[in-house]
Amino acid sequence: MGKEVTLIIKRCKDPNSTSYWEEFRVPYFSKMNVVSALMEIQKNPVNSKGEIVTPVAWDCNCLEEVCGACTMLINGKVRQSCSALVDKLEQPIRLAPLTKFPLVRDLVVDRKVMFANLSKVNAWIEIDGTHDMGPGPKIPQKIQELAYELSKCMTCGCCMEACPNVNKNSKFIGPAAIAQVDLINSHPTGALQQEKRLQALMGEGGIADCGNAQNCEKVCPKGIPLTRSIAKLNRATTIQSIFGWLGK
Amino acid sequence: MDGKVIVIGGGLAGLMATLKLAESGQKVDLFSLVPCKRSHSVCAQGGINAAVNTKGEGDSTWEHFDDTIYGGDFLANQPPVKAMIEAAPSIIYLMDRMGVTFNRTPEGFIDVRRLGGAKYSRTVFAGATTGQQLIYALDEQVRRYESQGLVNRYEEWEFLSLVLDDEGRCRGITVQDLKSLEIEVFPADAVILATGGPGMIFGRSTNSTINTGNAAAIAYMQGATFANGEFIQIHPSAIPGRDKLRLMSESIRGDGGRVWVYKDGKPWYFLEEWYPAYGNMVPRDIATRAIFKVCVDMKLGVDGENKVYLDISHLDPHEIDRKLAGVVDIYEKFVGDDPRKVPMQTFPAVHYSMGGLWVDYNQMTSIPGLFAAGECEYQYHGANRLGGNSLVAALYAGMVAGPKAIEYTAGLTKSHAELPPELYELAKKETQEKNRALFTMQGTENPYRLHEELGEWMVDNVTIVRENDRLKATDEKIQELMERYKNIGVGAGEAWGNQIVPFTRRLWGMLTLARVITLGAMLRNESRGGHYKPEFPERDDENWLKTTKANYSPSGPRFSYEPVDISSIKPRKRRYDVAKEVTKQNG
Repeated sequence: MGKEVTLIIKRCKDPNSTSYWEEFRVPYFSKMNVVSALMEIQKNPVNSKGEIVTPVAWDCNCLEEVCGACTMLINGKVRQSCSALVDKLEQPIRLAPLTKFPLVRDLVVDRKVMFANLSKVNAWIEIDGTHDMGPGPKIPQKIQELAYELSKCMTCGCCMEACPNVNKNSKFIGPAAIAQVDLINSHPTGALQQEKRLQALMGEGGIADCGNAQNCEKVCPKGIPLTRSIAKLNRATTIQSIFGWLGK
Repeated sequence: MDGKVIVIGGGLAGLMATLKLAESGQKVDLFSLVPCKRSHSVCAQGGINAAVNTKGEGDSTWEHFDDTIYGGDFLANQPPVKAMIEAAPSIIYLMDRMGVTFNRTPEGFIDVRRLGGAKYSRTVFAGATTGQQLIYALDEQVRRYESQGLVNRYEEWEFLSLVLDDEGRCRGITVQDLKSLEIEVFPADAVILATGGPGMIFGRSTNSTINTGNAAAIAYMQGATFANGEFIQIHPSAIPGRDKLRLMSESIRGDGGRVWVYKDGKPWYFLEEWYPAYGNMVPRDIATRAIFKVCVDMKLGVDGENKVYLDISHLDPHEIDRKLAGVVDIYEKFVGDDPRKVPMQTFPAVHYSMGGLWVDYNQMTSIPGLFAAGECEYQYHGANRLGGNSLVAALYAGMVAGPKAIEYTAGLTKSHAELPPELYELAKKETQEKNRALFTMQGTENPYRLHEELGEWMVDNVTIVRENDRLKATDEKIQELMERYKNIGVGAGEAWGNQIVPFTRRLWGMLTLARVITLGAMLRNESRGGHYKPEFPERDDENWLKTTKANYSPSGPRFSYEPVDISSIKPRKRRYDVAKEVTKQNG
């Protein structure tokens, strides 16, 4: 028998069932990641006790950390399972689903709320139409470089998972959607409608619910400066609330 | 508008089609296997081509058109390619207006870089994550129409079959909710497939896990013609992984990266030596075959393996961060070395399908009312795709398909609402029965292992170098796998959140298309673009300047051929060791 990897996985067959931990041992391969360990379980769905079981369900797609799908808790830390290399993890490797979103099955959760939040804050630029009107405004390199940092957000949910203010009792839209407001408001065309987005951030579950724990930035796999965006929009919403009613 | 249009696929082509439809007031049901932001378009790295001539190099849409036709070894029908190339600059400007964070020149204009098969810098880019940035912008625009009630999004739903009326028109689809695995039927007046490529047929590739090609396979099995299936692009540079082969963008070479191996103890820049006119910027099929020759025939690969060095360690680290950070990050994360300091080690990997569903110039498949756009159709790349042309083709095809679908529905004498309800009830019942049958499969074969076996055979025999006896053996192997498929066991798992049953269904689509690819390659006795046969090393225009068309029959694909429209540019020999011969518009 060659080298093996031990995984202990939190499983649950549907939202109404009780979850349980199940151990698996899969063959080790050089430079393997957590996703390929899960793929080994698909090919041979047998747990450590030798029982044939249903293979573990999990979400994945791009496998190179640009789609955001395969986010889970790996040894208690929220991250993507494609970029989690087994050699760098303590064994046994414990895998669990995100806790801030409704569970679907095993490691699969439903992150629909994150997309709904983007809708809430009008995270889009109001273009007049898709007909040909020539290029958009010129943009300085420096501004583009700052915007690019924010535009890498994969809506993966790491920041939501780490934020103490995102929980069952709160409607907080979370750091990701706030950073997208920063992105769109800092675009010359997006800025034309910025009040609408600021108003949305001032509503229920908005920016006031941020407790400044700053966990979000620490867990963001793309290193997005989330707290900078939050601070910036805190000021912008304050100004908006003072001057907004004056019709300014 | 009372009509209903369905779009299947939430990548660039599907979202652009949706946007065009919604903008003109058309109600759209949009289905996607994954939340649209997680579609495979996010993996496109290098950029999107348009002859915007930002660098004052004298680029023109004609040059871009000629490079595309030449790069595709003259297999693409020229009128739609020309129209796409001419629209490309306006597509860039539209995406720019949507706020895509394209890199900028010091003056603030949209910056451009070079990609393979071109002498001009015409690739607009957002770092090395251009596809991701484009799709996010479109997803936001579609969300805007969703909030206005024009778009209904069904994310994590899978397309299972077309509903065809007694005239053979496409009138809707059956779909499955991937949580509950329940089946529904959705009527429509037109359906647009924008479901991407079939890379998963090769097991591991640069593609995402959803890229099984099953949606196109379903349409094919229901009568849609599949074209040029044998043309599969092998990208010269990827990094190996057990789960996937991760793409290392062509923009690495475009921004100055050099490919080499050791020969006689010294670095040997073989692309620069063999192709002095284009050097490291030869198209992908050329670079891939050169790497194959160096590694397999000359046995000069790194560590004796099929790997070469891809070197950017001589470039300015700040410029690397500004333009290539996304892809350099991937290398660092998955390999552990810093490409700013150590040459990367890369090798070729299956990347893209030039072939796909046959469509007419309105993006309509051979089934009336069924349109296709993006990698799932065949129209824009001929025998080899140039880097940077996939994004423009996906967006352009979506822009054509949307309005053409509306035009088509306007011409219908009956709307879907006037069709007998039994048509839909029956379609739903049939799909439900097939789904139930999948659950009863309790044999001894594991679908994931069958898939692995398929991938190994396809990679070994139907990629860079193709030989007829091995293609024949591969087709026999695929048929053996199809037999063994019947003995698959899906386990006793419940329907909720079940992933084996949907995978098993997709596997049948993969097997079916694998035969189209393999047999198409076996029949085409010439070498052209990505299709290379040592037994027939030259392009043979006399016999093979024609589009392959495959039609489904239960015993296997039936092939026919149609001529290629070469009305603008006369075929000439394709070579990259010397500068391309200049052609002129109307010349």
